[in-house]
Amino acid sequence: MTEGRLFRWLRPWVFPALLVGAFEWYARRAAALGSDALAPPSAAAKAFVGAAMDGSLWQATGFTLGTAALGLLLGAVLGIALGLVLGLSRRAAQLGSVSIEVLRPVPSVALIPLAMLGFGFGVRMEVAIVAFATFWPLLVLVQSAVQQIEPRLLEVSRVLGLSARERAFKIVLPAIVPRLFVALRLGVAVALVVAVTVEIAANPHGMGYAMMIAQQSFDPALMLAWLGWIGVVGFAVNAGMVRLQAWVARRMGVQP
Amino acid sequence: MNNNRNDRFGLGWMGSVAVLLALIALWWVASNAGWVSRVFLPTPQATFASLLEGLNLSAGNGGNGELLAFTQATIGRMVEGWLLASLFGVLLGAAIGVSPAVRAWVQPTLEFIRPLPASALLPLAISIFGLNPGMVLFVVAFGAMWPVLLATVHGFAAVEPRLSEVARCLQMSRAAYIWKMGLPNAMPDILAGMRLALTIALIVAVVGEMIASQSGLGQAILLAARAFRASDLFAGIVLLGLIGFVSNALLAFAEKRLLRWQQP
Repeated sequence: MTEGRLFRWLRPWVFPALLVGAFEWYARRAAALGSDALAPPSAAAKAFVGAAMDGSLWQATGFTLGTAALGLLLGAVLGIALGLVLGLSRRAAQLGSVSIEVLRPVPSVALIPLAMLGFGFGVRMEVAIVAFATFWPLLVLVQSAVQQIEPRLLEVSRVLGLSARERAFKIVLPAIVPRLFVALRLGVAVALVVAVTVEIAANPHGMGYAMMIAQQSFDPALMLAWLGWIGVVGFAVNAGMVRLQAWVARRMGVQP
Repeated sequence: MNNNRNDRFGLGWMGSVAVLLALIALWWVASNAGWVSRVFLPTPQATFASLLEGLNLSAGNGGNGELLAFTQATIGRMVEGWLLASLFGVLLGAAIGVSPAVRAWVQPTLEFIRPLPASALLPLAISIFGLNPGMVLFVVAFGAMWPVLLATVHGFAAVEPRLSEVARCLQMSRAAYIWKMGLPNAMPDILAGMRLALTIALIVAVVGEMIASQSGLGQAILLAARAFRASDLFAGIVLLGLIGFVSNALLAFAEKRLLRWQQP
């Protein structure tokens, strides 16, 4: 019985261990042949410990996560507000539809040069791009969540003579909370990806830039350490959001 | 009644276009009146002129506009990467998804890699392949492959158990099972994954062009911004938005056609 549990617990690690082992072997052979483009994972682990000790790891991680969170906050507040309006009013949804369909497909990375021009490098440009990227999915998901509210709830609010503000905060928002957290989970994933992308392409801060600069200074071990760390951070944040969303859904009485 | 609704639909559509025109008018006023510095926000007419000039459509132009070539390069990169991603995503996804044993061993790793930003692979790809078009294509294909791969695995895993039993009773070969039950069943998932893959392919293509200095719209808008040519920058953004809009619309249309057999 315990053997079976141990087996099930170990099973997910076998495939990555094989991959890492193969990469270690390949990188060592390449290094023996005189290539310095790659480093074995063992060297990457050493570089990772070095970055964690001198603090550069935490500083860059903090910058990326903080900026992504700020951008998501801005994009989510605007997206949720407009999504509520468009979800509650059929006429507003109709009037806005063409503009949204035209603006939404603009790839967020196309705004990197524009944000560079307007804000320079730093927090503001990254926040602006993350906000743009997270605005659209939240807008669309909140709008559809509001449109799927039980109509009787809205009738009740009309019968009670609630004002528009009371209706939004007392009836509509609580009714969409489970779906709102699904949308936020998606928003978090988008925000992280976009933040790292902006740092790789332009912004000289954060995890993406640290990885880029490691590559440019021919330090493949440090570059691989950053790549692995970005993967771990992304996985942890996403797993946390999945948990949070499931918890909220349970609390709100939705069967997952 | 029906007529009335059609009428209202027409009016609503016109109103919707009017809102878009109003937004453009606001842009026109804001840039022409100088509310926002023209260094960042060019006037609509300047953007339009840049577009015409870049696409060699304006009169009296020597025909040295490069936007058309850049657009073709970016679209080519995006479509090639996307096709490769779709092909390998479906092949690998079918190979993994068809066997519950392989799924149990491999899927946790796939779930771990899924949230990794595709653009984070660019530095690794640069150090392996160097700065060349093949490197960008590889990253575009690799990054766009994940949604297709995971959707295919999910589609295969979600085959109705009774269908699998039928296949076993009929003694279908594994190839026949994949072809006749797995793939049709996974089709909606695969198409949704392919649509997401196309969006990712465009994004990664643009980022790759920016970093690896491959000619294309990504590089063009970056250079325009560095030279403070805001109207050229906006022309590039407009073209990229157009590429995203058209490709998404085409795929949505294809999806509707391909999945018609599913509708009751």
